[in-house]
Amino acid sequence: MTLTKADLIQQVYKNHNTLTKAQAIESVEAFLRISKESLIDGSDLLLSGFGKFHVKQKNARRGRNPQTGDELTLDARRVVTFKPSGILRDKINGTS
Amino acid sequence: MNKSELIEHLSETLNLPQREATAICNTILERMTEALSDGDSIEIRGFGSFVIKKYEAYEGRNPKTGKKITVQPKKLPFFKVGKELREKVNND
Repeated sequence: MTLTKADLIQQVYKNHNTLTKAQAIESVEAFLRISKESLIDGSDLLLSGFGKFHVKQKNARRGRNPQTGDELTLDARRVVTFKPSGILRDKINGTS
Repeated sequence: MNKSELIEHLSETLNLPQREATAICNTILERMTEALSDGDSIEIRGFGSFVIKKYEAYEGRNPKTGKKITVQPKKLPFFKVGKELREKVNND
């Protein structure tokens, strides 16, 4: 099973009976948009009880195309990493 | 940005009281936590996906004392950033 955005919207709609379906959609969209904007700005996103999304700066380095063995330069870039919180890890392992 | 700042933004964007925005934020995070606890994956277009990796028990060492210990089997969530977010994080 895979959880999708539609499932999140459904859950918000179900749990919050004051919201219309359109508002439930906008709630989930806004949640995701705000989260993304934070990361795009280069600012980490800390969601206590869930985990931390970190924007990591990677320096340029020389690499190889593993298929051809050709050398190439990998440009400096920024990547997003995720570290789960202890609470999330415990829940996943059924220890809480 | 932390969770309370996110809630503040959410409350302003949706024009809803902070209490309501907090509840919505919790619903979303709790639903995601529940999916991962069930061993399910999460896929959100433009944002990213989460999958659970399972690890068997293995023999490890306490790096401080060098003592042998058995590491119990465990499950860990992994996040893979979506294409849209990956490109935007890199280009901004």
